[in-house]
Amino acid sequence: MDAQRVNLDGFAVQDAGAGLIAFGSPADPAPSLVLGVDGSVVEMDCRPADGFDIIDEFIARHGLDLAVAPEAMALPDLAYAQMVVDPAVPRSELVRLAAGMTPAKLASCLALLRPVELGMAMTKLRARRTPSNQAHVTNRSDDPLLLAADAATAAAFGFREVETTVPVLADAPSNAVAVSIGAAVGSPGVLVQCSVEEALELEMGMRGLVSYAETVSLYGTEQVFVDGDDTPWSKAFLTSAYASRGVKMRVTSGGGAEALMGAAEGRSMFYLEARCVSLARAIGSQGVQNGGIDSAAVAGSVPGGVRSLMAENVMVMARGLEACTGNDALMSESDVRRTSRTLPILLAGSDYVCSGFGSIQRYDNMFGPSQWNSEDIDDFLVMQRDWGVDGGLRTATEPAVAALRTRAVEAVRSVYRHLGLADFGDDWAEQAVDAAGSKDVPAADLMTPLVASRIIRETAVSMLDVVAALYETGFETEAGRVLDMLKARVAGDYLQTAAIFDESMRVLSLVTDPNDYAGPGTGYTPTAARQGEIDAVRQQKSSDDLRAEQAVHRSGQLGVLRPAVVGSDPREVVIGVSPAVGRDIWLTLSGLTVVEALGELLAGLEEEGCTGRVVRVNDTIDLGLIGLQAARLSGSGIGIGLQGKGTSLIHRRDLPPLANLELYSVAPSIDAGLYRLLGVNAGRHAKGATPTPARNPYSDEAIEARYHTKVVALVGIERGCCDPAAGPQELAVQR
Amino acid sequence: MSGHKAVGASGRDPAEITLDAVRDGDVEIADVRIHPATLEHQARVAAEHANGQLAENFRRAAELAGLSDEDVLALYEALRPRRSSAAELSGHADRLEAAGATRNAALFREAVVVYQRRGLLRG
Repeated sequence: MDAQRVNLDGFAVQDAGAGLIAFGSPADPAPSLVLGVDGSVVEMDCRPADGFDIIDEFIARHGLDLAVAPEAMALPDLAYAQMVVDPAVPRSELVRLAAGMTPAKLASCLALLRPVELGMAMTKLRARRTPSNQAHVTNRSDDPLLLAADAATAAAFGFREVETTVPVLADAPSNAVAVSIGAAVGSPGVLVQCSVEEALELEMGMRGLVSYAETVSLYGTEQVFVDGDDTPWSKAFLTSAYASRGVKMRVTSGGGAEALMGAAEGRSMFYLEARCVSLARAIGSQGVQNGGIDSAAVAGSVPGGVRSLMAENVMVMARGLEACTGNDALMSESDVRRTSRTLPILLAGSDYVCSGFGSIQRYDNMFGPSQWNSEDIDDFLVMQRDWGVDGGLRTATEPAVAALRTRAVEAVRSVYRHLGLADFGDDWAEQAVDAAGSKDVPAADLMTPLVASRIIRETAVSMLDVVAALYETGFETEAGRVLDMLKARVAGDYLQTAAIFDESMRVLSLVTDPNDYAGPGTGYTPTAARQGEIDAVRQQKSSDDLRAEQAVHRSGQLGVLRPAVVGSDPREVVIGVSPAVGRDIWLTLSGLTVVEALGELLAGLEEEGCTGRVVRVNDTIDLGLIGLQAARLSGSGIGIGLQGKGTSLIHRRDLPPLANLELYSVAPSIDAGLYRLLGVNAGRHAKGATPTPARNPYSDEAIEARYHTKVVALVGIERGCCDPAAGPQELAVQR
Repeated sequence: MSGHKAVGASGRDPAEITLDAVRDGDVEIADVRIHPATLEHQARVAAEHANGQLAENFRRAAELAGLSDEDVLALYEALRPRRSSAAELSGHADRLEAAGATRNAALFREAVVVYQRRGLLRG
């Protein structure tokens, strides 16, 4: 039991003093709000104004709708919690009331929600109707070609935001340019950011090198806030600085961060996060990335911690902000546990299900491995399909991805050459196109992004220069897409809450695509086209696909001889095969061809001195009846039944149809040796000797999951070949 | 968005910003910068959608839209913990006020008081 991967995770004894507590620390204040005669806040959450820290102070001055506050603060916690899950209470009413609630008040209300109620809350409260998702695109060597190829791949899979960062800070401008170009190859309207230190990130935003910003961190205690080298005032200014350049931004926070920094003041993670979210609203940020983020594993280590991560996201939504809902840094070594953490959010639907799905290999994720990584994309797509929900992703076919990667690499190569940033060799380019990750690109030179970045900064290369370079080197479509992202800044519509662009460059936001969920039958439903994308995972097979797979194995080794008659040789055993054998079914589920399986059966009979005769039973697909019919045609009275898919049994002519002598039921596991043994045993039955029963092969694999779709198709094919009026036919087998 | 025709900070119509114009060097950064009037418009939209703080942010941004990148970066730096004295923050507030950036000036003035009380001025 200790070997299970979940036991690699750390679990902490709840310790309020150290902030290792999800909800309800004894040191959490009771909600309160007292207004002075001049209408200003003189007490908030049991703290008088002269004792406000910088977070209290900013929230008290800017974060509360004081016209609503008396009503909102007087509302019982349970009443608000019940309104959250009541479909009859609209989102707008909940957001209105939350605007008048102090951090402790909103935390008290939302802490009452049970997990499924949090899901209801998320479905109803998120700002944007259409869910979406964000990718991390980074690599260990800041390889611009690989970044571009991977950004194009991410866009092809449906990510509408791509976040990059650097292992080497000075590489940031090159990374931003490469990812922007790659994303533009993949799709119009993909937002791009490069997560670095606040001032450099702002500088890149101003230069147009990125189209949104997210690394604007808020913390729930003054100590940690100041250690993060900011104050609420500097963050408020920074928020406006981005907007002043038409650049979208959101802030980052998350439960457990303060405990991780050793300065939680004994408060619960959820209360401290309530302060962060309240402050996010106060400084005028349109959105928040939270749900633990880098400290998700800290929250996950305490009782109820995973619930608190989701409750944090709901709190953002209740404050009317865009929610980028974590599922970012890997919070468990256990696949079961990380699925458990993410699934409720995927089902509920979020503005961004992941605030960083690592669309690259785990080892290349310079944020650290994500909760979900490129290795998991198929799992994620199948979960979407299973539940019929929109997690923002879609299947991209291998040829389409290969074409995009090639084009992305060529586009970056051309632009870097045109702007004098770098010359990439053919080896490097070819490796980057084919690479799963940076380990597959030995040709990458670590100095190249550094030199390119220095030139970008020193010569003030802007995104307009990149547009011109794309256009002049023959990448007109991509040039147009990058230019459209610059022009989007002029319009400013994507500064509004929860804005993304769809592939037609339409802004989807709280303003243009508001969430209108109000109970069953309302709210977001994927369009038929989008549902088609969700449903069409690349692994799905139709009956026609499976029929074609069978046709590959068609051979001339089975031929019809004559109508079958009853035999008289006491050493004869008839092998009855199902109606589609020799017509449309040629391959058994174990991978042996039907002819090979028959060859083994016949050889086994011969070992016992018996003769085999192969007869196709045409009027039933039931294996018991096929075996019984074979037995009745057999001179010895012993028959073998073999379905095209490989299931087989031994029958005797005097038994009822559903009784049989031996059954080999697990078709995928019946190998040549077992067919041989089946033949031997049938021969012994014919001679009246004692057979050695076969040990049925069992395995711990999900045999049914693997084969049942094929079984359904094969049974359908058998049914199609079945003719109740047709008698049995003797077949010739060429071995 | 309803009733607002966005033009670049330079006053240029985005329809004129074509690929050919970019290639010919006929487009400047100011042509693809947001105009303060557009930020004012977005502030109205945010207010209509029940987010007064987002509206206030856009109004502060409208005041900053005319400042150079260097000035904006320097002002941000000045507001970070223990970077400025009270007099320096007040000086920034005065200059912002004089440039018509009254909301940002108010932010700086607030910071002076709070930073003083919480020990966040340059020592």
